[in-house]
Amino acid sequence: MRIRPVGAHALLLDCTTRADVPAATLVEAWRAELWRRREQGELNAVEIVPAATTVLLDGLPDPAATAEMLAGWAPTVTNDTGGAASRASGPDRAEVLVPVEFDGPDLPAVAEYWQTDVADVPRRLTGTRFRVAFCGFAPGFPYLTGLPAELALPRLATPRPRVPAGSVALAGPYAGIYPGASPGGWLLVGRTDLVLFDVHADPPTRLGPGTPVRLVAA
Amino acid sequence: MTRPAEIEVLRAGALTTVQDLGRPGWAHLGVPRSGALDPAALRLANRLVGNPEHAAGLEITLTGCALRLTRATTVAVTGADVTVRAGDRPGDTGRPLTVPAGTVLRIGPARRGVRSWLAVAGGIDVPAVLGSRATDTLSGLGPSPLRDGDRLPLGEPFGEPAPVDLTVGPAPPPELRLRLHPGPRDDWFTPTAFDRLLGSAYTVSPLSNRVGARLAGAPLPRAVAGELPSEGIVLGAVQVPADGQPLIFLADHPTTGGYPVIGVVTDVTPLAQARPGTTVRFHGPER
Repeated sequence: MRIRPVGAHALLLDCTTRADVPAATLVEAWRAELWRRREQGELNAVEIVPAATTVLLDGLPDPAATAEMLAGWAPTVTNDTGGAASRASGPDRAEVLVPVEFDGPDLPAVAEYWQTDVADVPRRLTGTRFRVAFCGFAPGFPYLTGLPAELALPRLATPRPRVPAGSVALAGPYAGIYPGASPGGWLLVGRTDLVLFDVHADPPTRLGPGTPVRLVAA
Repeated sequence: MTRPAEIEVLRAGALTTVQDLGRPGWAHLGVPRSGALDPAALRLANRLVGNPEHAAGLEITLTGCALRLTRATTVAVTGADVTVRAGDRPGDTGRPLTVPAGTVLRIGPARRGVRSWLAVAGGIDVPAVLGSRATDTLSGLGPSPLRDGDRLPLGEPFGEPAPVDLTVGPAPPPELRLRLHPGPRDDWFTPTAFDRLLGSAYTVSPLSNRVGARLAGAPLPRAVAGELPSEGIVLGAVQVPADGQPLIFLADHPTTGGYPVIGVVTDVTPLAQARPGTTVRFHGPER
């Protein structure tokens, strides 16, 4: 783990530094560790934001002191090659089932990239144990990891001007779900009626970072 | 029960939004911080009318706006150099002004600077979303930008207006000098890029908005090609997209981004008043 400076009040933990642990696994381990430390009052940070290969700590009163503390902390890493729900998420994180109607317009394109038939795409997706790696792009948009690296997909060359809310989509190594209608360049494989982001709910999403997720045929 | 006091929007202007101190603490769910582009100016306006500093007010952009308040109330305007009139009576920025019920309050176009903050005694009492009433122009959280004919509820006044005669805000300088901390991805750029960033003048592009101030000037060449996996972004991050032109993230910035951040500006609030064409220079943290 390498600590990169970010202005006067933040630090970025770069999790690409260990050859034996995939970055996404190390990110999840650090996220869980830092959230736990903050909960226990050992860490004062306004934001702890996991992403693809990094964890951002923002709103730190004294980043240099935090960097020193971080050097002495070692999160529990379960080397799960990025797939299964990591033990670092804690045993209490219940798996969220997302019912999906697999009728997306890009199913044939995905099948072609994966060199399989269209019916096999939902089979592979429902057979994958996903985990929310991080949220971004829009409030409550989850980036789900768990697909094998060889199934990574490109984005559309031209993004669609409007992707409907609830669209289940694939891009790069991730699956994602659009919480609201927006422009989007991911390949659409289906849609869900699950409400992903509700500002009146506490928390506003059930699919926060670290949550194990399964896609199930609706 | 009496009808709650309201603001009637007679002329919304180019972009008038409800703003408070934003919704920090939700970035891990993809929720931008949002809030007033110059929080100190909004806090001051709130103090002038006797509000707590976090009360919601209006952020008014460039062309001003016209409002009518259904209750006699105290208001204060801070930020850009604008005219303030309550009916035929001229007011000043930076001091409390009593506005009789039904009188039209006119905030004129900015003569210098871009944005003003209007605080109203009692604050704007639209429902809070994730702890904030701020309009987030990126994600759409909070109330929509104001339109002509909108009505906004006012809260009950908190207390007496501040016993202050006049506060004088500094005029925006013709050229901004912004302090920059290198990183987190300065190593994705050639050494020339950082020298250029510190050594040359950039101008604020007309494409700037509440999400970010886009700059035009010497392009910043990359040492590392390819895409950066998405990572968390902070206020003031100087992101460099493929065209090499830097963009400084402001309050409505996305929570994650895939272009490398060469450095982070310590204080972005002067950018709230930077008109297109304004010169921006960066200097290192050592000066």
